[in-house]
Amino acid sequence: MDLSAINPLILIAALMVASTPILLGAIGELVVEKAGVLNLGVEGMMIIGAIAGFAVATETGSPFWGFIGAAFGAAFLSLIFAFLTQILLANQVATGLALTLFGLGLSSLLGQGYVGLKAPITPKFEIPLLSDIPLIGPVLFQHDAMVYFSIALIAGVWAVLKYTRAGLILRAVGENHDAAHALGYKVVRVRFMAIAFGGACAGLGGAYLSLVRVPQWTEGMTAGAGWIALAIVVFASWRPWRILLGAYLFGGVTVLQLNLQAAGLAIPVELLSMSPYVITILVLVIISRSTQAAPAALGRIFHASR
Amino acid sequence: MVGQLLSVEGVTKAYPGVVANDTVSFTVAPGEVHALLGENGAGKSTLVKMIYGLVRPDSGKMVWMGDAYEPATPNAARATGVAMVFQHFSLFEALNVAENVALGMEYPPPMGQLAQKIKEVSEAYGLPLDPVRLVGELSAGERQRVEIIRCLLQDPKLLIMDEPTSVLTPQEVEILFTTLRKLSAEGTAILYISHKLEEIRSLCQGATVLRLGKVVGTCDPREKSARELAELMVGQTLHIPIREASELGDVTLELTGLSVASNNPFGTSLKDVSLSLQAGEIVGIGGVAGNGQDELLASLSGESLTTADSVKLKGAAIGHLGPNQRRELGLLTAPEERLGHAAAPDMSLTENAALTGTIRENLARNGFIQWHSAKEFAERIISDFDVRTPGPDNAARSLSGGNLQKFVIGREVLQRPDVLVVNQPTWGVDASAAADIRQSLLDLAAKGAAVICISQDLDELMEISDRFAALNEGRLTPTRPAKGLTVDEIGLMMGGAHDMEVSHVEA
Amino acid sequence: MLRLEKRPSPSKMWTALTPLLAVVLTMIAGGIMFAMLGKDPVEAIRIIFWDPLFHEQFAAYSRPQLLVKAGPLILIAIGLSLGFRANIWNIGAEGQYIIGAICGAAVGLAFYPSESFLIFPMMVIVGGLGGWAWAMIPAILRTKFNTNEILVSLLLVYVAEQLLASMSLGLLRNPEGMGFPGSRNFRDFPAAFNQEIIAGSGMHWGVVVAFIAVIFSYVLLSRHMLGFQIRVAGQSPKAARFSGVNPKRMILFCLGTAGGLAGLAGLFEVSGPAGQISIDFNSGYGFTAIIVAFLGRLHPVGILLAGLLMALTYIGGELAQLMLGLPGAAIQAFQGMLLFFLLAVDVLSNFRIKFTRTEAA
Repeated sequence: MDLSAINPLILIAALMVASTPILLGAIGELVVEKAGVLNLGVEGMMIIGAIAGFAVATETGSPFWGFIGAAFGAAFLSLIFAFLTQILLANQVATGLALTLFGLGLSSLLGQGYVGLKAPITPKFEIPLLSDIPLIGPVLFQHDAMVYFSIALIAGVWAVLKYTRAGLILRAVGENHDAAHALGYKVVRVRFMAIAFGGACAGLGGAYLSLVRVPQWTEGMTAGAGWIALAIVVFASWRPWRILLGAYLFGGVTVLQLNLQAAGLAIPVELLSMSPYVITILVLVIISRSTQAAPAALGRIFHASR
Repeated sequence: MVGQLLSVEGVTKAYPGVVANDTVSFTVAPGEVHALLGENGAGKSTLVKMIYGLVRPDSGKMVWMGDAYEPATPNAARATGVAMVFQHFSLFEALNVAENVALGMEYPPPMGQLAQKIKEVSEAYGLPLDPVRLVGELSAGERQRVEIIRCLLQDPKLLIMDEPTSVLTPQEVEILFTTLRKLSAEGTAILYISHKLEEIRSLCQGATVLRLGKVVGTCDPREKSARELAELMVGQTLHIPIREASELGDVTLELTGLSVASNNPFGTSLKDVSLSLQAGEIVGIGGVAGNGQDELLASLSGESLTTADSVKLKGAAIGHLGPNQRRELGLLTAPEERLGHAAAPDMSLTENAALTGTIRENLARNGFIQWHSAKEFAERIISDFDVRTPGPDNAARSLSGGNLQKFVIGREVLQRPDVLVVNQPTWGVDASAAADIRQSLLDLAAKGAAVICISQDLDELMEISDRFAALNEGRLTPTRPAKGLTVDEIGLMMGGAHDMEVSHVEA
Repeated sequence: MLRLEKRPSPSKMWTALTPLLAVVLTMIAGGIMFAMLGKDPVEAIRIIFWDPLFHEQFAAYSRPQLLVKAGPLILIAIGLSLGFRANIWNIGAEGQYIIGAICGAAVGLAFYPSESFLIFPMMVIVGGLGGWAWAMIPAILRTKFNTNEILVSLLLVYVAEQLLASMSLGLLRNPEGMGFPGSRNFRDFPAAFNQEIIAGSGMHWGVVVAFIAVIFSYVLLSRHMLGFQIRVAGQSPKAARFSGVNPKRMILFCLGTAGGLAGLAGLFEVSGPAGQISIDFNSGYGFTAIIVAFLGRLHPVGILLAGLLMALTYIGGELAQLMLGLPGAAIQAFQGMLLFFLLAVDVLSNFRIKFTRTEAA
């Protein structure tokens, strides 16, 4: 056992990378839930994003187009969910599960030709000046662009929800869809857009797994990341900045346990591997004891009768 | 027609199985307070939804200041100058007052300015409001203010108000009327929907009476008596329940120091409620909505549990017992919300009969439900309470509000309760069904049961109660004999103007 | 223009017809998918739905597989359906299945090589208890701390998978297995082996228990007070509380039953068809059972039929893999599609679809 091999600075840098997929999935789902929709299909959308991103990136040789492809692919899948739940008024829990099951199947079907290939490398994006700061610079400011994009996305979602009219309408729809409808807002349209946004974010998260974090395609590679993202939305009490906290916390646990495994600690590997899931459950328990701030219309079916 | 603000000409709107509006015509002049009068289901709501752009007419037309008026959306209606205050508030509890107001406006100013404007306008009209408070924390009267301010900030030419006084104390109603008269004096027309006749007579200059979707009369309500208006509205002479004096028996239900926290984050907790009820009497409990009515019912039905001693039935402590154990002992209840609380919407009437009837009607043997007995029980309710339905196999949601309410009340009454607690027994029910329901409560009391009737309809309470008490922010006033209580006294019991001082209004 | 109009009462006819309609639509969409993969769609559909039962060469092998695969699916789906009806979403049956298998197998292996006839019944009991206990984790967290049972039950699947890996590499590894992962094979341990009751039929004890569960669940839901309460709780939680249902007891009962049945399914599988605890012994029955439960409209008889149908697609999928080289994942996507179509056509039982003239703008 050699704990000294674990360098805290490298740990932090690795944590940021490990957290990004969940961060993206969670911030997308936050917007969806703020609009009053519970989409349990994050896992399915993520894995579709993973294969779509990987396929497009290897075909075009460009990770950039890979991410674009992932966002569109997963958003397209999420529109199936939107159609079923918003137009055909299907149960959101069941449809979300269907999305996950279907996404897992479809992704392995699509991914048959891509097993074992290597993804084109996503370049590092060193932020000028900041990346030259000793110690902190390499840790915080020498990542690929997606890491910064994901943080910017959190800030963006936060600002839009808090300060803009679009954000206000989105929250209104999620709080009380009947009242929003009575005031003349297009509940279904708002929700469609939110769901597609959530899908695109989950897709980016998936692509980040297959293009940066791993980086290759393997079946079922999301391994519950989508579910963790859902848990983090609850953990964050539907507040954007807390998503960052939650995702980095989870990423930290993941990276730490991997490092401990590598260091050959006398704890069984399986116990370490299950620790992120167990800790997520524990955090959920602690959070759910306090008051919840879930959008009031979350998961309820909207049908504009008379 | 020259000089009219809005004229509705021969508008028809049909839904499957119902013609909600049948060639309806009427006009509103600028500055006029015009009443739309009619029973529940007469088509008032559909009509105003068309004017507000939520529903489109099948045929007929509307004219606004001489031009064709066809609002496709509420936004279009608002842009024209129509504003509406809804009966069930279109508010968002988790958002603050300013955000709620902004959502009702086309081009809201930045939040800071808007908050300032809300303060100014609300004070100018005697309806003070704090723009940063969460709507979920406001009382029903204050919530209505939010809706009204939201409308006023758009300088509407026509303000539609759908049953605005059902959530107000008599004093609050006076404040509202002062505001409305001021608006009318400034030239804003008001379309006032109600079935409360005295209000209409004191406020409105014109009235259109609707019955079953058709206009049955147009009049100046100030020149008609309430009785004439009522008969126009209902189309028949009303059967008024008869209160027979009966001997009071022993104390059956006793509440002492009952305090219960609300299940709902925006609900009202009960504080130190005490009440004692004798066999054979009806106690009416009034109060503005949201002052603890639901919580009181829940703590009597056994949905909320309390300390054993705070609820006693015939001397036995039952505060800790669940709904079925209380039923077994003879305490039955009927909550306000018919669909989804008193009855399961998608289940058949037979199943809904079994929902509360299994114990007292012996519908289950060894845990197995005897469906044929349940069906017989449902049929008995249907025939005894004149519930209009093709049969007990129909889903609860297929019944009209009045019929389902008769079913719900009938289900409890037929189980021969010692104590029956009902909440809003005739809410949204047509006049004849309401009269039947009230009569059944009176009959039940005459046979020696004790009844608590929680209601926001003061006329109803005065009609059937022996004693009256009011809920105010979770506290219950001492009871007073109902006979001889004046409106002012009732208003004071209900909490006066609800701590909402009136600022200076010049009307 | 298309418009949905709520029916006054749910349509009985459409409730029964929608699963069939969904199957037909899935065949069409699946056919298109197979065509896009370069396979003859008609042939692929025939191989999946027809050949497993009637192909002269393969049917002899695949017919018994129908019951082998349908047994656990039905058993798990019956348990899940109770919860789903009450709006209690246990989606971690896969984990409960794994834990049931581990617990039951562990008891059996502990007594190796005893020949006592008590061993197998004991394994069954412990297997059920294992699944029950695993499901009680989300149940208790939900009732005590109001923690979302969907997330907890699902996350516990990943924990269970790690436990399975740990067990097959460590505690339960076959001491005579020359270091290979995996436990002793129950085929070599007759007292603990869940063998076919009628040779060549695929009927093992798990299938029998699944059929019993169908009957019990049918009686429970249609006649018993508890079943009635489950139905009310799902349709209208407030009405359920009013009628005296204790929501916490309901959660404990539904999750517990689902976990117990999933645990039993796991035990019967590991001690029979699978034969041993191994790293990848679980094959996703816990998730497919969710589709089965919905496809069967959460009705016991429906689940029985849906379980058989879903088993057919499994076997048919394997056959198609063999005969057409159709990728195994295609079947998974096909099953997902089936659930989508089912949810889509579901709307017909509660709503009428109206074609209205386009309203004048």
